[in-house]
Amino acid sequence: MSDRTNDGSQLDRLPATADERVVEGRATRQEVLDFWDERYAVAPEIFENYSFWEKGGGKLWAFRGAVASPLEAEALGMTFLRTRQEHWKPTTNAVQRFGRHAEKNVVELADAEARRFVAGEDQPIDWDGDWGYLIAAHDLAGEREPLGVGLFIDGELRSQVPKGRRRELIDGE
Amino acid sequence: MDVLERYESLVDDFSAFRAACERPLPSVVRVNGIKATPERAMDALDDEGVEYEPVEWHPGLLRLDSTSPGRTWGAYHGWLHGQEEVSTLPALVCDPDPGERVWAACAAPGGKATQLAALAGDEGTIVANDRSLGRLSALRFNAERLGVTSMAVTNRDARNYSLKPFDFDAFDRALVDAPCSCEGTIRKNPDALDEWSLEYIDSIAATQESILRRAVQATRSGGSVVYSTCTFAPEENEAVLDSVLSAEDCRLVEFSCDLETRPGVTEWQGEAFDESVRKAKRIYPHLNDTGGFFCAKVEVGG
Repeated sequence: MSDRTNDGSQLDRLPATADERVVEGRATRQEVLDFWDERYAVAPEIFENYSFWEKGGGKLWAFRGAVASPLEAEALGMTFLRTRQEHWKPTTNAVQRFGRHAEKNVVELADAEARRFVAGEDQPIDWDGDWGYLIAAHDLAGEREPLGVGLFIDGELRSQVPKGRRRELIDGE
Repeated sequence: MDVLERYESLVDDFSAFRAACERPLPSVVRVNGIKATPERAMDALDDEGVEYEPVEWHPGLLRLDSTSPGRTWGAYHGWLHGQEEVSTLPALVCDPDPGERVWAACAAPGGKATQLAALAGDEGTIVANDRSLGRLSALRFNAERLGVTSMAVTNRDARNYSLKPFDFDAFDRALVDAPCSCEGTIRKNPDALDEWSLEYIDSIAATQESILRRAVQATRSGGSVVYSTCTFAPEENEAVLDSVLSAEDCRLVEFSCDLETRPGVTEWQGEAFDESVRKAKRIYPHLNDTGGFFCAKVEVGG
């Protein structure tokens, strides 16, 4: 039945908890909140006014507000988390939107490093923390600003900025 | 064929109009309030050594002295969005509040729809629709880069748009930024008039009327619909309003705008329009050094 598998033409609201889950393997709202909290220390309250949706297996969306589920639409809010692999991966745009609230697993890059990161390059960095998906940030106009997601592995930060979002920035100095 | 000649009787300083149409447009960006304040965006440009000048009539617009505004930190972060100065007007006139439901009927590539989302503090519900799937991918890319989380995107024909997928039966506001002959974009696209024909104007005017009628029907009584085009042709502007005024329960209302404008015209090539079309505003390129534009505000119901 269509209500028991993931349907790529519609958005389905995530179940609140595992008890309400009907589509096998679908993430729950609680798991999503726990992920942001445990991995990046983004408090669950940040997402208080958001509903979470799935369209396409393992592609989660965050929408400010609520509408009836399921919804036949091209998009609802922002794609913000991939849950298909063992290690969940936030999108560049989600990190830019919500990463300001992160207090953990945020690597701050110097200007030259930040420029290489947004150009899509991999680079060695000095990081003593966890391996896996980090929020890369830099200082811009006096405050920390999240750039996107980097995969830290073997002493190297691998930029996950998608091709369409990469930029060769003009030299500021 | 010299298309613009046909507007000589409408434009008071026609030679200034002609001269402006031949000049390229300045590079303008809108500061995206979802991600940054104008102050912070200006600080970032200062740090990068990019010169800019604030636009007097709108604190969120900056004229950049750069040939590559896309290569700034502000562009990467979605703090800045390249948008023609005059095309920021319809969303400002629509002016949605947090919590309101707004329909952007012809929304791609998304400059105005994302501006609507920002004006509502990213706390409204913006239903952004476009018939072209290709253009919708540009809209989705822009919306995500700008951090918009309050938008639903649909791919349907606006002329018979159904609200069925949603759990509400009317919008609070709508913006019909209609497909048009684009005469007013001549400064950005010097070949904008190459394909011009009266047949196209007649056919697109019928589409514009259908979309605007549908927007009026889909908006609650007391709500408002903004109609805009980037063309000078009265067939696509005042004539469309005139038809919709007589077919639907709605009326034109005044709105304020700090740009220099001219009122809608009540007569064109022997045809007279409802007097209230004067409440619409025509913007010619020479008046504010922008592209050409037309904008009207319609109130729905008694």
